[in-house]
Amino acid sequence: MKLGLPSKGRLQADAISWFSQFRIEISRTDGGREYAGSVIGLDGIELVLLSAGEIPRELAAGRIHLGVTGTDLVREKIADPSVITPVQEMGFGHADLIVAVPKLWIDVDTMDDLDDVAARFRADHGMRLRVATKYHNLVRRYFSEHGVADYVLVDSQGATEGTIKNETAEVVADITSSGETLRANHLKILSDAPILKSQATLFASATAAWSPETRQIADELAARMSVASFTPPAQQK
Amino acid sequence: MIAARAYMPDGRIGTGLERLEVEVSRLMALFAEAGAQKVEPGALLDADVLLDLYGEDIRGRAYVTQDPVLGERMLRPDFTVPVTQMHAAHGAEPARYAYAGPVWRRQEPGSGRPTEYLQVGFEIFDASDAARVDAEVFALFSAALAGQGLAVETGDLGVLFAAIDALDIDARRAGMLRRHVWRPKRFRRVLDTFSNTTRRAALLDQTVEDWRAAALTASPQNGIRSVDEVIARLSDLAAERELPELSGEQRQMLQQVLDTKGSLFSALTELTELSHNFPPLAKAAQRLEARIAALDAAGLDGGALPFAASFGRTTMEYYDGFVFGFVDRERPDLPPVASGGRYDALTAALGPAIPAVGGIIRPEALLSRKAAS
Repeated sequence: MKLGLPSKGRLQADAISWFSQFRIEISRTDGGREYAGSVIGLDGIELVLLSAGEIPRELAAGRIHLGVTGTDLVREKIADPSVITPVQEMGFGHADLIVAVPKLWIDVDTMDDLDDVAARFRADHGMRLRVATKYHNLVRRYFSEHGVADYVLVDSQGATEGTIKNETAEVVADITSSGETLRANHLKILSDAPILKSQATLFASATAAWSPETRQIADELAARMSVASFTPPAQQK
Repeated sequence: MIAARAYMPDGRIGTGLERLEVEVSRLMALFAEAGAQKVEPGALLDADVLLDLYGEDIRGRAYVTQDPVLGERMLRPDFTVPVTQMHAAHGAEPARYAYAGPVWRRQEPGSGRPTEYLQVGFEIFDASDAARVDAEVFALFSAALAGQGLAVETGDLGVLFAAIDALDIDARRAGMLRRHVWRPKRFRRVLDTFSNTTRRAALLDQTVEDWRAAALTASPQNGIRSVDEVIARLSDLAAERELPELSGEQRQMLQQVLDTKGSLFSALTELTELSHNFPPLAKAAQRLEARIAALDAAGLDGGALPFAASFGRTTMEYYDGFVFGFVDRERPDLPPVASGGRYDALTAALGPAIPAVGGIIRPEALLSRKAAS
């Protein structure tokens, strides 16, 4: 059974210690430089180290059986929610996907304000209000639910909070945990509910090949975690 | 599966395909008889044009692809835009066009709706008598679909715009409502803000100097929206607090217009009645009256046609006048077999304003009913 873990960083360290409570000890070989590792405590688990951003896709494609990643990435990247089952929220990696605007905009608190500003901005500047994000699908859906028009998404894969100062965007939609980066860049979060509250979660693939052997391992893991079996029902032949 | 197409499991091979070709030819022949010139727009459209028109939402509904030189391209999600562009570039008024071909739409996973389907369409660009042109298009679609047992729906988004005019409110507020006619939830929110005078009272009570100081204390200039723009909006918001709230009578009128449902004749009666207290509705009533007469002249019973003022409000952005649909009430799995309407605002957004009205038939949906019955 293939278990996908983030290949480095805090998320990986937290995930490793989370698994240890279920008597599953994960160790990285070569002091963590080689992207490989071993699993002790439950036979038959093969570790696959991946970028957290790729884990949703690998789960959806069925190339890994289980994977640890953020809800934000799964919701953004996987259009069909039925192919990935959340097994357990892991209690770390908390972050909110939020909409932020310059603190200078003392006239803006909510999405209602933002919609009004978008209309005025288009009239004043001859272009639509630019929203920088890497969460295109989630943000588009959220803006659409709020009935906001006259905006355009611009792609930003990193340093998103800097796009306003760089004059490549007027608004950002990004993940934040403490809000410190936002504050440092003179931004404030709109008072509406966040687009998404995310945390690290163990997911199971519904499309992976679940053999009797992998099912057995998964069921043993489910028993140790005291959760219901998360493997998809066996296909009728 | 490979032979399947929208609503037709065998539509790409053998007799299924032949039936479809015959149906498309029948419709195109009808449209040609009505004086239409055949056009064939490209399948790949400039994404910027569609984004400017429909906003960011179109990305969720259309397939986007990238060309290293031409930039973002979109697979044609409808024919209206390219046909209008062709007309603007080459056409002389009045003009009638017919087309047949696939459109592509991204769909929500699990919706079961097809991502590729055929449209056979007819469009008129004609600045003369709007009621007559509306009736010509509707009569043509009625004839094309005669005997199919489809239910007819009609509406008129122009009636909603007339109701906004009839409120006789501040121009900025009216503009906010007009902008969101197609988004009922946001429309409602905007209405609510008109009566909410307490929100941020402490901020709005301050002077321009206070606002400038507050903004610049909060943050250095950041991005291209300036302090002056912030202050201009705050000044407008503060001034708007002095505007009267919508009266009960105004709200009731707006709601009554939005809820108008019945026949074209009953809608005409209702609007005429309302126009005694709200004169701008008289024009909308006159348009309905002219439509009934024009439909009668085209051999249809105009007054008896079903009419709902809100029909097409959420699904047909950029239609801004007469709208119609032909639906199968027994088949909720099918989209409207045909739909169309007037889209003067769209042509104005694309270039020179040319009054235009048109519609499309979905031949696959039409044939899937025949197969089922």
